Amino acid sequence: MKNIFHRYGDYGDREAAGGENTHHDTSNEWPLWEVFIRSKAGLDHKHAGSLHAADANMAIENARDVYTRRMEGVSIWVVESKYVHASDPADAEMLYEPANDKIYRHPTFYNLPDELKHM
Amino acid sequence: MTTKSFQEHFDKQIENEVSIEPRDWMPDDYRKTLIRQISQHAHSEIVGMLPEGNWITRAPSLRRKCVLLAKVQDEGGHGLYLYSAAETLGISRDEMIEQLHSGKAKYSSIFNYPTITWADMGAIGWLVDGAAIMNQVPLCRTSYGPYARAMVRVCKEESFHQRQGYEIMMTLANGTEVQKKMAQDALNRWWWPSIMMFGPSDADSPHTVQSMKWRIKRFSNDELRQKFIDVTVEQAKLIGLTVPDPDLKWNEATGHYDFGKINWDEFWNVVKGNGPCNKERLQARQKAWNDGAWVRDAAVAHAQKRKFKETPKSKSEAA
Ligand SMILES: [Fe+2]
Ligand SMILES: [Fe+2]
Repeated sequence: MKNIFHRYGDYGDREAAGGENTHHDTSNEWPLWEVFIRSKAGLDHKHAGSLHAADANMAIENARDVYTRRMEGVSIWVVESKYVHASDPADAEMLYEPANDKIYRHPTFYNLPDELKHM
Repeated sequence: MTTKSFQEHFDKQIENEVSIEPRDWMPDDYRKTLIRQISQHAHSEIVGMLPEGNWITRAPSLRRKCVLLAKVQDEGGHGLYLYSAAETLGISRDEMIEQLHSGKAKYSSIFNYPTITWADMGAIGWLVDGAAIMNQVPLCRTSYGPYARAMVRVCKEESFHQRQGYEIMMTLANGTEVQKKMAQDALNRWWWPSIMMFGPSDADSPHTVQSMKWRIKRFSNDELRQKFIDVTVEQAKLIGLTVPDPDLKWNEATGHYDFGKINWDEFWNVVKGNGPCNKERLQARQKAWNDGAWVRDAAVAHAQKRKFKETPKSKSEAA
């Protein structure tokens, strides 16, 4: 597992992207925030998208304006994108492939009589 | 808002089946009841790994070993989902574990019985997981959001647990005389403790009324127990096993099985700590916690070292 600490969620890190702006001063830019919306009480917050804001309050206000204009939500979470750690797609095989041959985790694996009820 | 209007708002949410979420106002007793119930539930998942863990190395085939290992692994996950749900109510993980280890918190008494033959793996999957599922399905609609969502995940995973247990029982029941006897013996020992899993009778369950008002519970202990007995008796018949209750009789008028008197003295005795394995279970948990202390410490030390090493690098990144 070479790089499980890959940062910025779905966003590649700036250096790795190797754009021309490597020397561009970003210190005054508003940071990026990930926005999670709960569409109704009882459901999980789901990732809706992202936006830039100077701080958490502004991020919530902006998220309200951008992502809940059509009654999409009853609650908002914002997390500064740099705090999202993501798995490396290159590790996908190593991480998820072992589940493939464990079909006994599924109820259909077991051969039980048709007359069996409520199970 | 005043406390009164907070309370009114809360009551209306409950009334209208709107989930209560962690940041909503809620009465203190609602919070306390949930912390007690969810942490107790979490402890049951974790302690519940012990009786089955006892047979992993002695499973009769590789297939059975893989299945049992996968099941016990799932139970550990269930404990995690539930501890996390309880943490949203303002209690820390370590506090809950401490309550378990000190004996202050309870877990399901069923796990204080020993697993003495392989057939017990069948009986546990079929009966104990069966009773747990009966209890957990309505909890998917419980009024506290994080608990309900944890239950949805748990129920999805549970679906193979009961089936693998029933499959073990069916195989033994169709086997040699000795195997059939072993299956019947396991059913004899696990039947009564399983139907006690639903808790005391409604008349002796003082919290039930309030919990139902708060829609934490949807059905009473006795209702769930009856439902479990009705479906499980038929399942036993199908594989030629006999439920060890001479008073068990189909009641045409009620459409349910009548059943014999439950030995509540035994139940309370086990709850109080005098079951066959109470001490052993608690000791196993305490030992695991204490023996694992160096791993927890090492992980923290490693993370700190890493952070320290990374600091100069992230400075240069920001520049
Ligand atoms: Fe479980
Ligand atoms: Fe289970």
